[in-house]
Amino acid sequence: MSKGDAIYPESLRYTKEHEWLETRGAVATVGITHYAQAELGDIVYVELPQMEAAVVAGEPFGTVESVKAVSELFAPVSGVVAEVNDALQASPETVNKDPYGDGWMIRIKVSDSEETPGLMSAAQYRKYVEDEAN
Amino acid sequence: MQQVTGTPLRKTPLNALFRELGARLVDFAGWEMPVQFSSLIEEHLAVRSAAGLFDVSHMGEIEVEGRDALALVQRVACNDAARLAPGQAQYSALLTEQGTFVDDILVYRRAPDRFLLVVNAGNTDKDFAWVGQHAAGDVQVVNASARWAQLAIQGPRAAGVLQPLCSMDLEPIPSYGFAEGKAGGVQAIVSRTGYTGEDGFEIYLPPEAAADLFRALLRAGRGEGLLPCGFGARDTLRLEARLALYGNDIDETTTVHEAGLRWISKPAKGDFVGREALMRQQAGGVPRRLVGFEMVDRGIARHGHTVRFEGRDVGRVTSGTYGPYVKKNIGLAYVPPDLAGVGARFSVAIRERDTAAAVVPTPFYKRSR
Repeated sequence: MSKGDAIYPESLRYTKEHEWLETRGAVATVGITHYAQAELGDIVYVELPQMEAAVVAGEPFGTVESVKAVSELFAPVSGVVAEVNDALQASPETVNKDPYGDGWMIRIKVSDSEETPGLMSAAQYRKYVEDEAN
Repeated sequence: MQQVTGTPLRKTPLNALFRELGARLVDFAGWEMPVQFSSLIEEHLAVRSAAGLFDVSHMGEIEVEGRDALALVQRVACNDAARLAPGQAQYSALLTEQGTFVDDILVYRRAPDRFLLVVNAGNTDKDFAWVGQHAAGDVQVVNASARWAQLAIQGPRAAGVLQPLCSMDLEPIPSYGFAEGKAGGVQAIVSRTGYTGEDGFEIYLPPEAAADLFRALLRAGRGEGLLPCGFGARDTLRLEARLALYGNDIDETTTVHEAGLRWISKPAKGDFVGREALMRQQAGGVPRRLVGFEMVDRGIARHGHTVRFEGRDVGRVTSGTYGPYVKKNIGLAYVPPDLAGVGARFSVAIRERDTAAAVVPTPFYKRSR
């Protein structure tokens, strides 16, 4: 798949480490972007934190591995893990197939209501990815 | 993803075709090679169930020719090349005086006084110098790597796809046998060898003909489930079959016996470089052994991870991956002999966490004949 085919929903915000974030009230759902899953290739292992674990914006919270590559997951916001997508243990390939839907990774109860700096809009992220690819 | 050295990557004759096919290209031993075309797992499974096509033109070829060619091959390579009739090949190794690996190689006997050594790309210059240093008498050693491209077609349907494009009959060629004739209309060596654990062929041919043959094989294999395959699948296939990768599982610090490759060392044939060290190790025992393991806990072991036992560092992982066919997290590691038996348990330090693994019989995958 060429990079131009990647899709970035307008309703999400994005990090430089290729996570996406969807905020509803005080809860943020986090996953990796279409671009990230395509770059990694076939995902075979996802390691996520326990419920109630504290996560810190910009710090690693887990790991995603394809057959060939290991990549850390970085928290886009600070807070406490409120939900974990345990289905990814048995079916990590869901992240490739549906990165913005069933391939979500964790939900974070956000501790700080202030906007985390550095998050990108869909348009900004698309440009960021295009620049990175060149 | 950026290159550190600034040295331009070398390209095989198929580079333009790979770009056309949308392959993901990466640096491999200084060559720009495809790591995957579609999906590593799909490519891996295609080789197990149908067929896969690989470009391995980066491999090195060293020609050894002359009345003393056999004597030179016997001196530098540990397997017994005298057992080869013309048309036969064998897995062998160039060793240091310490019995460690300069390289692992294939030795082809094309005529009584004419051998072709196929070597790892990253070792070609080193191997050529090494073989040349040991040459004596009537023998010419030539680095012919630029004159040979190499394609590999592997999998249960490989013979059926390749046959219509060849002048020779493939069926009677045994494993590790080869024939010279036309492939895709050009003079080639067609060898029943590979690096995947499947039946299949490696085809040595002039570089200018390689892209045409690659396209012809893709066309011929379209209805048979053949896929073009990258180095990602090549690595997972060879690991399931427990085939060593130079630079990972074997190198100049590990011996033939430690690597579990005693069967390629033939001390009875007479003297060769590394023989004495191997005889000493045979008598005195090895300090460590390369074993196959499966992860018991969740987690994927990777090259370079530490093996731990009862809180101590006792070894290292040399290869590790998810095995797409065996559907397990598998690997190879050097461990002390008392941890090398099937069923032995140890830990692999994955991101600083001790993760349980168990020694299992290898190969992890063996095809049914």
